[in-house]
Amino acid sequence: MNIHEYQAKELLRNYGIPVPNGEVIHNPEDAEKASWRIRTDIAVVKAQIHAGGRGKAGGVKIAESIDDVKNYSKELLGKKLITHQTGEEGKEVKAVLIEEGCEIYKEYYLGLVLDRDKSRVTIMASEEGGTEIEEVALKNPNKIYKEIIDSLIGLTEFQARRICFNINLPIEVMNDGVKFMMNLYRLFKEKDCTLVEINPLVLTTERKLIALDAKINFDENGLFRNQDISNYRDLSEEDEKEIEASKYGLSYISLDGNIGCVVNGAGLAMATMDLIKFHGGEPANFLDVGGGAAEENVTKAFKIILLDHRVKGIFVNIFGGIMKCDIIAKGIVNAAKELKLDIPLVIRLEGTNADLGMEIIKSSSLNIFAVKDMDEGAKKILELIK
Amino acid sequence: MSIWVNKSTKLIVQGITGNTAAYHTKLMLEYGTNIVGGVTPGKGNTEVEGIPVFNTVQEAVDNTGGNVSIIYVPAKFAADAILEGVDAGLDMIICITEHIPIRDMLIVKRYMEGKKTRLIGPNCPGIITPEECKIGIMPGYIHKKGRIGIVSRSGTLTYEAVHQLSQKGIGQSTAVGIGGDPVNGTDFIDVLKAFNEDEDTDAVIMIGEIGGNAEEKAALWIKENMRKPVVGFISGKTAPTGKRMGHAGAIISSGKGTAEEKIKTMKDSGIYMSDTPTNIANTLIEALKDNQLWRSAYED
Repeated sequence: MNIHEYQAKELLRNYGIPVPNGEVIHNPEDAEKASWRIRTDIAVVKAQIHAGGRGKAGGVKIAESIDDVKNYSKELLGKKLITHQTGEEGKEVKAVLIEEGCEIYKEYYLGLVLDRDKSRVTIMASEEGGTEIEEVALKNPNKIYKEIIDSLIGLTEFQARRICFNINLPIEVMNDGVKFMMNLYRLFKEKDCTLVEINPLVLTTERKLIALDAKINFDENGLFRNQDISNYRDLSEEDEKEIEASKYGLSYISLDGNIGCVVNGAGLAMATMDLIKFHGGEPANFLDVGGGAAEENVTKAFKIILLDHRVKGIFVNIFGGIMKCDIIAKGIVNAAKELKLDIPLVIRLEGTNADLGMEIIKSSSLNIFAVKDMDEGAKKILELIK
Repeated sequence: MSIWVNKSTKLIVQGITGNTAAYHTKLMLEYGTNIVGGVTPGKGNTEVEGIPVFNTVQEAVDNTGGNVSIIYVPAKFAADAILEGVDAGLDMIICITEHIPIRDMLIVKRYMEGKKTRLIGPNCPGIITPEECKIGIMPGYIHKKGRIGIVSRSGTLTYEAVHQLSQKGIGQSTAVGIGGDPVNGTDFIDVLKAFNEDEDTDAVIMIGEIGGNAEEKAALWIKENMRKPVVGFISGKTAPTGKRMGHAGAIISSGKGTAEEKIKTMKDSGIYMSDTPTNIANTLIEALKDNQLWRSAYED
C-alpha cells in the first residue's frame, strides 16, 4: 500500500524524525492562511499524488512570496499531472503540501528495504543523495553503504554510527544521525513497512538533518495491526475495480485487453494471461479468486470483470485444491443468470470435485463452453470473441 | 524413494479443529497419510476424524512421536504456530497459511537459524510423495508414483504440471510447493539438492514466477551442481511493473525480477524451458530423451 508524501511526513514526525514544517491544503483559498502559519521566506508547493517523478513533471514549485504560494496552489490543485509513472491519462492533484524551504548544505540517501535474499531488513545509505539510488548503484556502487539488520535484535547504535562514518556525515551531527536511523527503523518495524526511503536526507547550512522527501510502502498483510496506516489509504488513487475486488478477498488487477480471466492461484492466473497472449489475445485482467473462495465471491468476480466494458469474453480456469470446483461452478451459474451474461464464456474445471462442478455447469442449460485443458480453453475463447 | 516425506512420516495437524484443517485432515487420511495427532490450544482431549487433539505441539510430540507438522492457523497466529513447532523439535513444518506479515516471517527465519527444523512455505500447497504421504491441500488423485521431482512457487501450477505428467503416464517422486511469499523457508536450491541426491528421481521440473531472484540463483546452482536434467517454466510474462500479482512475492520492481530475465538465465544454465504452461510435460519428455533417461518405466 502507498501513502502520500504529507502522510509519510506526519508519520515520520510522530516517530521523532525531523521533517520540514508544512501544511497540506485541498483548496487554493487555504493557501494564504497556511503560508502565514508556516512563516517562511521561501516555500515549496508540492503536488500530492501516488506517483514518482513529480518534480520533472512540474508538480513541485518554489515560491518566493505568499502570492506565489497562492498562484501555484491554484495552478496545481485540480490539474492532471503526467509523470513517467502515471501513464498518459495522468493523475488529478487533489492536495498540495506547502512546506518551508531550507538551505541545503549536503544531500544524502537513506533507505530501509527488505532483502529477500537474506531474509533480513537492510539499511542503505549514500552521500550521493537526491538522485535515484538505482542510478547510484549503477554508476557508483562503492558510494552505497549497507548494514544488515538482525531481525531479533534490530538496528544497533554501532551499526548506525558505522553508517554515519561511511557516508562522511560531519562528526558534529553524528548523534543526530544515529537517532534519526534508530527512529526510522522503529517506524519500519512497528508499522510493517516493506520500504522506507528518505531521499534526500538533507544537512542544512544550520547543521540540521531533515527528511526532505520520503517514500514509504507497507505490507498489506500487516495492516490488521496498524489501523492508523489503513486510515491513510486514499481510495481515489486506486482502481475502482481493484478496490471492489479487495473487499471480497479477490486479488484483481486491471490490464488493457478484452478477455476477462477468472482463475484460482496467482501462478496459474499469471500463466493463463501468458497463454492467452501466447495465442495472440490480450487479457483484460489478472484475477485470483483465492484458495477458499465462497460461491458469492465467484459471483462478485464476474461482476467486477463485467464492469470493464472492453471485455468481450471470459475464460474461467480453475484447478481446485483447497478450492472446490462445485462451489466455483455454482458461483458461475448464479453469476451468469443474475448478470444475464451475453458474452462468450469458456470454462475449464479440474481438481477437487471437478466432476460435480462440470455436472452443475452442464445441467444449467446456459450457453457455456466447457473445455478439457487450459490450452484448448485459451484457443476457444479467442475463437469465440473474433 | 522420494524426498523428505514418505510412509514413515508421522504427521501432526496444527489448528486441526478449524473448518479447512478438519476437511483436509479427512482428505489426507483418505490418501493414506499417517496423521498421529492434532493441536488446537484449549481443545485438548477432543478428537477430529478420530485423531486425538492436544493443547500444545510439545504435548502432541510427546504423546504420539509425531515428527512433522502441517499448519492451518489464521495468518495472525501462524508465525507463533511455526515457532511452537520449531521449539518442539519437529523435523519439518509445512505452513499452508497465506497472508502472514513479512515482519513475523523475518523473526521466524532468524529464530530457525541453527535449528534442525525445515520449514516449507508459508502460503504453499504442501508436499506429496505419491501413493505414500500427502501433506497439504493438493488434490491427491492427480498424482502418480514415479521418478520426476517437482518444485514450484505456485500451488495451482504445480497441480497443472503433475496432471500433465500423470495423463501421459509419467509419475512423480515428490512434489514440493515452496510458496509465493517473499520470505519463506525452503527455497528452490534446498529442494534441488535433495532431488539431486535422491536415487529415485530422474529429472526435475522447476516452476517459478516473476519477482525476486530465487530462480536466477537456483539456475546458477543448477549449472554448477545438478547432475539431472531440469525443466523450467516461469509465469508472469504479461505482468505489468510495480503491480503485485496475487502472491506477495510476485512483483516486478523497477525492471528487476522480470520473466524475460529469469527465462534467459535459466536457459543459459542448461534448463529446458517450456514456453507455455501447457507444454511442461512435453518439454520434460524431450529432456528425458535428450539425456538417455527415457526408459520403459515411462511407457506404460
